[in-house]
Amino acid sequence: MAKEKEKNQEQKTETVKVQNKNKKVVSYNKWGIIFLLPFVIVYLVFQLIPLVSTIVYSFFEYYDDGLDMVGPNFKAFGNYIKLFANKDLFVYAGNTLIMWIMGFIPQIIISLLLAAWFSDPRLRLKAAGFFKTVIYLPNLIMASAFAMLFFTLFSKTGPVNSILMDLGLFSEEYAFLDHEWSTRGLVAFMNFLMWFGNTTILLMAGMMGIDPALFEAAEVDGATSTQVFFRISLPLLRPILVYVLITSLIGGLQMFDVPQILTKGTGNPLMGSNLTTMTLIMNLNRHLSVSKNYGMAGTLSVLLFIITAILSFIVFKVSTRKD
Amino acid sequence: MRENKTSKGFGIGARRVIAYIVLIFLTFLCLFWFYVLFINATRSNANLSKGFTPLPGVSFMDNWNSMIHGTLPVFNGMFNSFFVAACSAILSTYFSTMTAYAIHAYNFKYKNAIFTFILMIMTIPTQVTALGFIRLVDKMGLMNNFIPLIVPSIAAPVVFFYMKQYMESTLPLAFVEAARIDGSSEFHTFNFIVLPMMKPAIAVQAIFTFVGSWNNYFTPALILSTDEKKKTLPILIAQLRSADWLKFDMGQVYMMIAFSIFPVIVVYLILSRFIVSGVALGGVKG
Repeated sequence: MAKEKEKNQEQKTETVKVQNKNKKVVSYNKWGIIFLLPFVIVYLVFQLIPLVSTIVYSFFEYYDDGLDMVGPNFKAFGNYIKLFANKDLFVYAGNTLIMWIMGFIPQIIISLLLAAWFSDPRLRLKAAGFFKTVIYLPNLIMASAFAMLFFTLFSKTGPVNSILMDLGLFSEEYAFLDHEWSTRGLVAFMNFLMWFGNTTILLMAGMMGIDPALFEAAEVDGATSTQVFFRISLPLLRPILVYVLITSLIGGLQMFDVPQILTKGTGNPLMGSNLTTMTLIMNLNRHLSVSKNYGMAGTLSVLLFIITAILSFIVFKVSTRKD
Repeated sequence: MRENKTSKGFGIGARRVIAYIVLIFLTFLCLFWFYVLFINATRSNANLSKGFTPLPGVSFMDNWNSMIHGTLPVFNGMFNSFFVAACSAILSTYFSTMTAYAIHAYNFKYKNAIFTFILMIMTIPTQVTALGFIRLVDKMGLMNNFIPLIVPSIAAPVVFFYMKQYMESTLPLAFVEAARIDGSSEFHTFNFIVLPMMKPAIAVQAIFTFVGSWNNYFTPALILSTDEKKKTLPILIAQLRSADWLKFDMGQVYMMIAFSIFPVIVVYLILSRFIVSGVALGGVKG
């Protein structure tokens, strides 16, 4: 559309001032490049150069041995072999994935349910605006402060234990943050709370986009709301569901603030136990700020970059096919 | 309502009741923690150790004073967070709109290639380039400086994409042509014709960029690691967690968490309608 318009415009100018035409158009379009420059320069300096240098670091041995920096010594794929030979990588990847799945399954189920309810005209829910406002709220809360809040609320002497004991549900305090599964559960629960509102709103927008005639036809044919949901809404929502799934997985891979603050950066619910809540990015952060192992940090970053790039490619394909 | 009941599904009335029960339960799950936070921020340490009470205490001012005179410079942190977030929001929205305008209104070589490239880099997280980024910042001598947290927001692919989408639906090129005929320079046209027309989109994205920067912990923690005066709120919260918190006055701890959470909640409640509809617009590729 835009191009066509421009062409018409060009033709018009052509008839008016034939001689001037070429010069004019070129001088306008020069501004396109000028307007693009700030983005391009900042991108090159602060994102592309860092990306390239991260990749370069991944091929070098370069770390702090406690006294001074060792390297950089070129090791080709040495770091990669080391990374995959060490089973820690798989433990951290497993932790990240487990906590993501534990949060994502309730998130997608609840969001689908809420989106179906909010967009169902027959249900006529009152105060929908209020509910939407409330469920989106946790998404904007500072994740680190939210995690600190949960840490105090769920501590052994905290209010949650006190409430559960007052209600007679617990006979003694339970140290949520000293146990593997309760800590993972809390991380997953917080991820769920922070993201289900966002997912609901996205899915709702998707449902609003479905042709109402389809629902009317189904109603005329006597379909129940369950049938409508599974036979009409869900199949038509598939592209947006894939989008939500993959972008959530990309977000899940970046899981950091919540487990970092909850476990004080150790990734250990109980001091000395296995690293059951250490995520990939927490591990990267350790390489960057604690152990200063830039070589391994680079290797881990490249691995994460490749995984995200593949996932992003899927998103890109799915969302462009829609048009 | 009864007639609506079919052999398989629930009646509409029953479905409505279930929907309200689930929604009220979820509302409870979303708000309960902040309610407890508010209550506990008003109670003294001694009072807190006696267990939870559903009503606020009387120690709000005491906790406030001990927070102000405490070891963590929270006011400084809030100012730093605000400064970084506000600058990021302004730069990000202004230059993303400019980038979107460049792609939207002009024709030049490789335009489509650049557009596709920006779409492709949209989902690449900042964490994977963090190593190269902090090494670069170190070499530039910009550690413990706000510049590396503010300037990179000029290149924000997500904001760009939103602006581009919005422009396609609201900015006819005829306006630009008309301005040209009136003798307006291209830069002037952008600042005084295009920007005002983009106001709603700019507001939505300014809010999201502001909140994103305000809440950001990973990168600022790496850049602002040693200068106590430059630290932003999330870094101070992490320090609070690392401190020997059992010795802390818990009333003060709750007050600090409340101090970093409640301003955002208040602003959100004022702007909520706007934000919620903004999410829906941005998420779905139109």
